Amino acid sequence: MAINVTRRQFFKLGGAGLATSSLAVMGFAPEPAEASIRQFKLTHAKETRNTCTYCSVGCGILIYSKGDGAKNVEQNVFHIEGDPDHPVSRGSLCPKGAGLLDFVHSDGRLAYPQVREAGSDEWKRISWDEALGRIARHMKDDRDANFVQRNAQGQTVNHWTTTGFLAASGSSNEAGYITHKVVRTLGMVAFDNQARV
Amino acid sequence: MINSQNIIARSATTTPPPQARSHVEEVAKLIDVSKCIGCKACQVACMEWNDLRDEVGECHGTYDNPTDLTAESWTVMRFSEHETADGNLEWLIRKDGCMHCAEPGCLTACPAPGAIVQYANGIVDFDSNHCIGCGYCITGCPFDIPRISPKDSKSYKCTLCSDRVNAGMEPACVKTCPTNCIEFGTKADMLDRAAKRVGDLKALGFRDAGIYDPAGVGGTHVMYVLHHANDPNRYSGLPKDPRISPLVGAWKGVTKPIMAAIIGITAFAGVIHYVTKGPKEEPEESADADPTALGYDATRRRDDADDRPHGGDR
Amino acid sequence: MTNHWVDIRNANLILSMGGNSAEAHPVGFRWVTEAIEHNKAELITIDPRFTRTSAVAQDRAFIRTGSDIAFLGGLISYLIETDQIQREYVLNYTDAALIVRDGYGFEEGLFSGYDEATRSYDKQSWMYEKGDDGFVRRDDSLSDPRCVYQLLRGHYARYTPDMVSSISGIPVADIQRIWKKIAAMAVPDKTMTILYALGWTQHSIGSQIIRAAAMVQLLLGNMGMPGGGVNALRGHSNIQGLTDLGLLSQLLPGYMTLANAKEQGYRAYIDKRTKQPTVAGQVSYWKNYEKFHVSLMKAWYGQAATADNDWCFDWLPKLERPLYDILDTFERMSKGELTGYFCQGFNPLASFPDRAKITRALSSLKYLVVMDPLNTETSEFWKSYGEYNDVDPSQIDTEVFRLPTCCFAEDDGSIVNSARWLQWHWAAAPPPGESRPDTRIMGELFLRLKQLYQTEGGVFPEPILNLTWDYKIPHEPKSEELAREFNGYALEDLTDAQGQVVRRAGEQLSGFGELTADGKTTAGCWIFTGCWTEAGNQMARRDNADPYGTGNTLGWAWAWPANRRVLYNRASADVQGRPWGANKAFVWWSAAQGRWIGADVPDFPPTSAPSEGQMPFIMQPEGVGHLFAGQSMVDGPFPEHYEPFESPVPQNLLHPGKPKVRNNPAARIFDEDRAALGTPEEYPHAATTYRLTEHFHYWTKHARLNAIVQPQQFVEIGEKLAEEIGVAAGDWVKVSSKRGFIKAVAVVTKRLKPMTVGDRQVHHVGIPLHWGFTGVAKKGYLVNALTPFVGDANTQTPEYKSFTVRVEKA
Repeated sequence: MAINVTRRQFFKLGGAGLATSSLAVMGFAPEPAEASIRQFKLTHAKETRNTCTYCSVGCGILIYSKGDGAKNVEQNVFHIEGDPDHPVSRGSLCPKGAGLLDFVHSDGRLAYPQVREAGSDEWKRISWDEALGRIARHMKDDRDANFVQRNAQGQTVNHWTTTGFLAASGSSNEAGYITHKVVRTLGMVAFDNQARV
Repeated sequence: MINSQNIIARSATTTPPPQARSHVEEVAKLIDVSKCIGCKACQVACMEWNDLRDEVGECHGTYDNPTDLTAESWTVMRFSEHETADGNLEWLIRKDGCMHCAEPGCLTACPAPGAIVQYANGIVDFDSNHCIGCGYCITGCPFDIPRISPKDSKSYKCTLCSDRVNAGMEPACVKTCPTNCIEFGTKADMLDRAAKRVGDLKALGFRDAGIYDPAGVGGTHVMYVLHHANDPNRYSGLPKDPRISPLVGAWKGVTKPIMAAIIGITAFAGVIHYVTKGPKEEPEESADADPTALGYDATRRRDDADDRPHGGDR
Repeated sequence: MTNHWVDIRNANLILSMGGNSAEAHPVGFRWVTEAIEHNKAELITIDPRFTRTSAVAQDRAFIRTGSDIAFLGGLISYLIETDQIQREYVLNYTDAALIVRDGYGFEEGLFSGYDEATRSYDKQSWMYEKGDDGFVRRDDSLSDPRCVYQLLRGHYARYTPDMVSSISGIPVADIQRIWKKIAAMAVPDKTMTILYALGWTQHSIGSQIIRAAAMVQLLLGNMGMPGGGVNALRGHSNIQGLTDLGLLSQLLPGYMTLANAKEQGYRAYIDKRTKQPTVAGQVSYWKNYEKFHVSLMKAWYGQAATADNDWCFDWLPKLERPLYDILDTFERMSKGELTGYFCQGFNPLASFPDRAKITRALSSLKYLVVMDPLNTETSEFWKSYGEYNDVDPSQIDTEVFRLPTCCFAEDDGSIVNSARWLQWHWAAAPPPGESRPDTRIMGELFLRLKQLYQTEGGVFPEPILNLTWDYKIPHEPKSEELAREFNGYALEDLTDAQGQVVRRAGEQLSGFGELTADGKTTAGCWIFTGCWTEAGNQMARRDNADPYGTGNTLGWAWAWPANRRVLYNRASADVQGRPWGANKAFVWWSAAQGRWIGADVPDFPPTSAPSEGQMPFIMQPEGVGHLFAGQSMVDGPFPEHYEPFESPVPQNLLHPGKPKVRNNPAARIFDEDRAALGTPEEYPHAATTYRLTEHFHYWTKHARLNAIVQPQQFVEIGEKLAEEIGVAAGDWVKVSSKRGFIKAVAVVTKRLKPMTVGDRQVHHVGIPLHWGFTGVAKKGYLVNALTPFVGDANTQTPEYKSFTVRVEKA
């Protein structure tokens, strides 16, 4: 019964003004009817619980990644939606949270260390080793040159005011804690995070 | 996989759908406009779930963005500032998108077999594989919802996340809605919720609060609670009494038999079928309506189709 | 937040002021819509604009930006004069009855003790008077002219409805209608919740606006109550956590503070912070300060920290100025006084005021290190983007390093929401390319520095060489290890009074009550103690049961302090320990069990019977809430309205003809920045900057989905102003301040209307802030080209919410 009629043939047969009438009126279709419109895409994806890192509501999110966590798979996030168990968000996400996927995969994500040399108009890719080595060198040189053990009044202050640090209130407590531990140990006082602004 | 046995209507198809599985509950999405803050989470969740990315547009001096539905924006928020007679300002924000009519004008108008289907749960879905890009679904729609993609000349609109619903979940927009403005459930439950909310709004002084579930299209599977149900037009042009254009039905009534006569020579069994079972839609209006009055240039669309590669056609 | 997101549903009235809660926190706002529907609550918005929050509010008023203290001060006066206060609460749970010293006064717009030369107050006179017993005197009749209640009454008598209206631009009828609704919450079984955010914080009087709100809540008896409180919705996902962990110039973890240079001795440092009760029998929990401090020093310096060396007190830096805040730092940087700067997930070129000054400052650095997942404007401050970033790279000698970091989806750890919940999350996928977690970058950087000090020697290496660093992979500390560390553990066996061992050496502590001042315990952040106990990671708990139906889910994650969800919750019960109302039952005294019970962890000694007379505010030496801020504020014990540093109004209408008190007299402003303030004649329009719901700061312009739904920079102006300057919706406008300009599309709206302020008409200009010169959204101008370089007197948070501009057709 399958009479294969392409769309072009169909139009030609029908002629102008009739092109959009129905082949099925005659009891056949250009192709067999398919009822599958779109497959459900999460069926076997790995689900990871996380917390939205935009505002401070702290909505629960479910991150779906391709791959089941097997050794040979590089997990790739392909969908994020709300965690219905979360007592505050109960599955909801605002337009920012609902769009988290495009933050994760943003073209603006950085992928490797870079340096812009003094006076240059371009970035240069460098290794982590070079980046951290050069930064540590800068820090030590400045700290050794400008660390103040006693101030003009002879008071012990033990602080370093010529290098400052802005921490990120989008990062985790653990990152914040180790940052504070290191920054204060170096004697820095020009230290703030977004809570100041 | 949508269960094909649950399709109750199929565009341009006269074969009657299976009837035995009658115990499928109709679903509905309820949009309580009085709770909408216009955050567009539904727009984003819709695009994210459905793997759509519309163009990054421009600001045209309003909060609306994208400014209209497109083949890649299946829902948009429409913002309207309305000053009441007593000088109070209302910022009315309506989520626009497919209403999933019980009597879908798009499906009625569609000439491509199986390009538009209606499931027993009430969802009206587009199967783009079958879409021929003619645009009749747009003229058939009293809410001006479907949009033809300039990329593939196929028509698109909200599916009510038929893939999610079929898997036992709610649509993406419903789940994400932060303020409980969009709800989902059986149509009966949503009507109950809507009635409760109408009562709440009346108690707050909105005397004209009501449910938008227009009878002219047999009711819808997307309903609104409006504070001013007497004037739906205030919500960025929501039609007060939407009906399928009479021309849609008339046109099909006239052209289908003619079409059959022309190509039935090679497929007469179909003509027999038509004669014995009748057209899928009963013609209601005058038989001499002019198809071009629909305002859609089918000729141009067809010519466009001719210019496309055909390797994909089977 | 003193309360939490879900608790908003228990409110009877919701005041959204100093924030646009629906816009900035839509999902938290669900509990507002829940309260409206299921608790029949009313939502009132007070904002310069008709906002997305206003769209679903039942009542609203439109206030001139920066005039909130006028409205709240007038409300305080109204509550007192009409006797609509929760009297039993006010008498027992606040300092209303306490007597203030004789020297305190307020004249000509200044509190007693002002020094014009330093623009600061000597706070000696701002104190309670003590009796012969050494405790503060009180007058329970509230009639003594020196009692806080009468001083409060006198201070705000000037804030009449007419005065409030002329300052704020709100019509008198609107003011009185809303005051009346708020006053109805003074009954014991009704509560108002106040939701605010940066709309209150970012003013030169920001801290005092928030204090005024807290005072209103004390007078209404709404602190510690379900559905009450003063709720800072806060901006970033872990801004609460980073504040808790003390990543601010003057802080240590857990709201401990660094010593200033004058505090040379350890004992004096500790004693000053060890708050003893000033009213007999009160808890005054800060009396335990030394336990927290020593436990921190043991966490950081281990065996090197001993009683003999004052637990390494001198290893911590001491402050030579009150704050080394960002305004101070960029002022110094612009003068070439800084060598290096780190931006870890922070975009100061976009986020700090007076962008031209920020560019100058960054250009003077020798090195800049940017650690970020994204390509930020700051990392490319040296790169020319035409008029969006008009610089000449060849003239900028700053060496810039850009280190790619992980985002939330790629690391494990905890973040603290504004309800103080520590919630654990898990990595879902590896990061792109060579990106690394911040923990690893900090670890590697530290180890390299340590190695340099070991091999080369250098200045004051002791803290670096002795920092506790016992991570299993030293260059890559794991989040689990760090979380266990800030929770703390026993270094030696801990025993109870009977000598029984209650905690073995090496075991995780279960709460800060176990901390000791003798070096036997560690805790990297005492308020977090209890988050990772011997029972494991409490932050990862996922039981969302709500047994009392109050919305309190004690089994979900873990909240500081001690998993308590509503602060000061003892105040939800009356003096006898009974709930103020059946519908407000939250924690109460059970005589049968001899302890406090209920839906929350009591914020109180659990077995302290009401008859013992301890009062609910256990962190205060008086045990009560402070209507009079004797020592905590630098700019006055009572909030006073002062104009923004840039205001469309030429004088402070409360103090006409007194230019010195036009603006906050205790706010710091650098000379160069004062010279960069515009006058109302040149810049007549009141401007305010804010977020849109579709975007998060300068992050989401990098996310295509968000760029689609709000693609391009715009400013909002009212129809009247648009008409005056000949602009239609969609036209381009230029917005200028004395410091710079932006160009954007005009959204012309009915939601902004001119206001009558004093003798003039004021137009507001709304300036969303999300665009810049990197990302996938349309390029835009950094709005901080416009904002002034002046901050709040207490916190130095910049005045982003009130300044002046001129708008014209571009």
